[in-house]
Amino acid sequence: MTLFGVSTQALFGQLLLGLINGSFYAVLSLGLAVIFGLLNIINFSHGALYMIGAFIALLGLEFLGMNYWVALAVAPVVVGLLGVVIERTMLRHLYKLDHLYGLLLTFGLALIAEGVFRYFFGVSGESYSPPEALQGGVDLGFMFMPLYRGWVVVASLTACVATWYVIEKTPLGATLRAATERPQLVQALGINVPVLITATYGVGVALAAFAGVLAAPIMQVNPVMGSNLIIVVFAVVVIGGMGSIAGSIVTGLALGLIEGLCKLLYAEASAVVIFVIMIIVLLVRPAGLFGKQA
Amino acid sequence: MKLKKLALAAATTAALASAHAQISDNVVRIGVLTDLSGVYSDVSGKGTVVATQMAIDDFIARDKPSFRIEMVSADHQNKGDIAANKAREWFERDRVDVASELVTTSVALAVQKIAKEKNRIALVSGAASTRVTNEDCNDVTVHWTYDTYAVANGTAKAVTKTGGKKWFFLTADYAFGHSLEADASAVVKANGGEVLGTVRHPFPGSDFSSFLLKAQGSGAQIIGLANAGGDTINSIKQAAEFGVTPKQSLAGLLMFITDVHSLGLKVTQNMYLTEGFYWNLNDETRAWSKRFFDVHKRMPTMVQAGQYSSVMHYLKAVKAIGTDDTAKVMTQMKKTPVNDFFAKGGTIRDDGRMVHDMYLLQVKKPAESTTPWDYYHVRATIPAAEAFQPLSASKCPLVAKK
Amino acid sequence: MNTTVSTAPAGASTTNKQRAGWLLLIALGLLAPMAVYPTFLMKVLCFALFASAFNLLLGFAGLLSFGHAAFFGGSAYVCAALAKNYGLSPELAILAGAAFAAVLGALFGWLSIRRSGIYLTMITLALAQLVFFFAVQLPFTGGEDGLQGVPRGALLGFIPLADNQSMYYFVFAVFCAGFWLIHRTVHSPYGQVLKAIRENEPRAISLGYDVARYKLMAFVLSASMAGVAGALKALVFQLASLTDVHWHMSGEVVLMTLLGGLGTIFGPAVGAFTIVVLENELADKVGPWVTVIMGGIFVVCVLAFRRGLVGELLALRGDKAPPGGH
Repeated sequence: MTLFGVSTQALFGQLLLGLINGSFYAVLSLGLAVIFGLLNIINFSHGALYMIGAFIALLGLEFLGMNYWVALAVAPVVVGLLGVVIERTMLRHLYKLDHLYGLLLTFGLALIAEGVFRYFFGVSGESYSPPEALQGGVDLGFMFMPLYRGWVVVASLTACVATWYVIEKTPLGATLRAATERPQLVQALGINVPVLITATYGVGVALAAFAGVLAAPIMQVNPVMGSNLIIVVFAVVVIGGMGSIAGSIVTGLALGLIEGLCKLLYAEASAVVIFVIMIIVLLVRPAGLFGKQA
Repeated sequence: MKLKKLALAAATTAALASAHAQISDNVVRIGVLTDLSGVYSDVSGKGTVVATQMAIDDFIARDKPSFRIEMVSADHQNKGDIAANKAREWFERDRVDVASELVTTSVALAVQKIAKEKNRIALVSGAASTRVTNEDCNDVTVHWTYDTYAVANGTAKAVTKTGGKKWFFLTADYAFGHSLEADASAVVKANGGEVLGTVRHPFPGSDFSSFLLKAQGSGAQIIGLANAGGDTINSIKQAAEFGVTPKQSLAGLLMFITDVHSLGLKVTQNMYLTEGFYWNLNDETRAWSKRFFDVHKRMPTMVQAGQYSSVMHYLKAVKAIGTDDTAKVMTQMKKTPVNDFFAKGGTIRDDGRMVHDMYLLQVKKPAESTTPWDYYHVRATIPAAEAFQPLSASKCPLVAKK
Repeated sequence: MNTTVSTAPAGASTTNKQRAGWLLLIALGLLAPMAVYPTFLMKVLCFALFASAFNLLLGFAGLLSFGHAAFFGGSAYVCAALAKNYGLSPELAILAGAAFAAVLGALFGWLSIRRSGIYLTMITLALAQLVFFFAVQLPFTGGEDGLQGVPRGALLGFIPLADNQSMYYFVFAVFCAGFWLIHRTVHSPYGQVLKAIRENEPRAISLGYDVARYKLMAFVLSASMAGVAGALKALVFQLASLTDVHWHMSGEVVLMTLLGGLGTIFGPAVGAFTIVVLENELADKVGPWVTVIMGGIFVVCVLAFRRGLVGELLALRGDKAPPGGH
């Protein structure tokens, strides 16, 4: 049976793939949204940190025999610490300046990371196998779904929901949000705002590394995997509304689905449909779909 | 790693030095422009630099030329514009005489144009598209190792004849992919098969899942992979991941021994492929390949072997006529048959195509492989006259229409 | 952003000194190809023009566009296609490319000016990605293979440009013209209003200026000059490719301008020269480390060197130069 001129089998297949990709976008843009929403930093190095997360998984396996599950915990911690260092030594000095400089600095950091890894690993990168427990797949009738990809959806959504919950619904999250809106006031209340900010950046980039480990078995682990994704992820965050956590999660998932649909109907455009949407959204709803009006 | 300028002082006999001063500044400079870090770096890459150096060393040791030989190499990163700029720099500023290797069709097409403009020679080993000797042919280019017609003719024919009649193509979206798809489609149809559809993936690609899904939905028996290198490897891996194989079969239209090595025999067993060289063919190929292996630690691909062969042929031509003048060397190269471990009785045609025997190979089952890199059964030798596109079908303006 | 404008005090001797300075630079430009590989010089000039055009928008109007590659590369494709497929002579092909870039600039400007700050930047990036998409898909661009074999043709129909030396003088002439145009724009009343808008937009509005129109004009001007640079580059290298429209190119021009000195006249050109030299010299020797070095320069510039090379130089000379950012 056909829908839109394509078999439902093909439709569901591509939509499912789209959902998988969408959960990636969601968890990646989550970190970015956290950093921008709470810290007003445009973190162009997000893609590079995602890539580093994937490489930690790869190298950890190769040299330390670190398995996938351990990597899933270790990589975010390592990259989170890296983020803390970056924030303390460099980003901190730029808060009083135009946003632009934060963007340029993190862009520069991304180039450095990419260059270093390219030197050691070339552009084509290496492959990383999914863990034993998640190999193989399930025949869903309309398509054969590899177990690992199903896991990706579960893991990403869990991370998204957990992060959203912490930020929007817990006292810690409330303190965080207050600290970024009225730093002096919150500081006066005895809360160490700079530490909070540093920690937030660290958590944001840890999310990127988490996404990186999730991605490792699916894409080749290569130095440019981040830069290929970063502008799409930015678009997702902008569409969702740069301050809104929920916005970027929903937009990420929606984008994955729209891309999947696009691949079915007009495959080549799947790469740009996000940008068309972004332009339309920004013209119609300037602060993004879920953003707070500035 | 990138640019190694190796000046090799040849043992010069003083008597010869002055007489044949028609070598431009008495140095023959060979440029190796290849992909050192990207999708084709295993197929060509560093190995071709090694092969070129071997050719130069062997030539000096055996033929004792009166001129010096230098090699320069660079990474074009599979981008036509980087290659064009480098070639231009080499020809205009660095007085390089020949640009060689040139894997990736966009690179080859760009560089052969510049070579023609600057009156230098382009020796193409790695690139595949038949355009090099058809629409874009010129009289300073030699397409040495293989092309899409040759591999399609071998593999697609064999697969279609053994029952794979319904095809679907997964194609790399650039000149090479289109060329391979076109040549393979023609062969499939000529042998009673049909092409159910095709999908193009960006080059280079990484996630082929949605394209493979389309292939799955097409109902084809055979999914032809009109891509190469890393793209082919990933397509094959992900096809297994998504359960596309073993229900449907994959035909790697352009595969190299390094791809089989990377994937392993379990995944690739029984696949057909066509190559221009196999290290384990005979004693001569084994001897050369062992020397190559000692330096590069991997067995040579046909691109790397072809690179050695083409450079050696060039150097011999230069020595034979005592000059590196482009037109004269080209004439000499075309006049001389190629007889080395790579090809027996190979000749360079007017369109620049070096025709030689190709080999139809089938990947061994894991149990059948006795030594490392022992991957193939040689199922047939396709003689030179049959293997390549006949001149009568050529779109090259240099070919006299009969 | 930075406001480093060298306003030389009035005085005949200083004007003469300035004139002498200009003449010296021009003389240097005319003599350079005798000593240095002309193609390299031409590359520097193209990028210097590109960066100067970009600086018009960022340094003077204060608008960060992350999509300038669309103007640069889009124009390159148009120029290349016209020269190759229709045999258009170089000056006409360049004009056509610039016109295309101008139209694109008007479109980009009109769409992005509605917003400000990071949103403006993101819109320009998104629009540039659309241009990239068209560059990949449209058959005339050659997709991944690029548009190759572009003839340099004959200037005005009878001066052949195939020879590197002749091409260099043509490029140099175009560069000088473009640079002069930018210079005049900056020092004109229009340029002053632009700076006023950048410094304090509400004030400018209250003074009665149609701010949107000024910004739009800045976009169009910047885009057309970037287009000239792109078209020129296509003729010099005789090919137009996806690299020219990729967002990395947009990032590179930001780097050149930042390194050289935002808001200065010579800064972008100096930055372009430095980056091209670095890339050329290092690409073969150190491979991917070039990217690392570029990134390092970005980082250092942003943290400690915001005025850029020329900016720092001017500051040393004692010109009024408040530190970057507000």
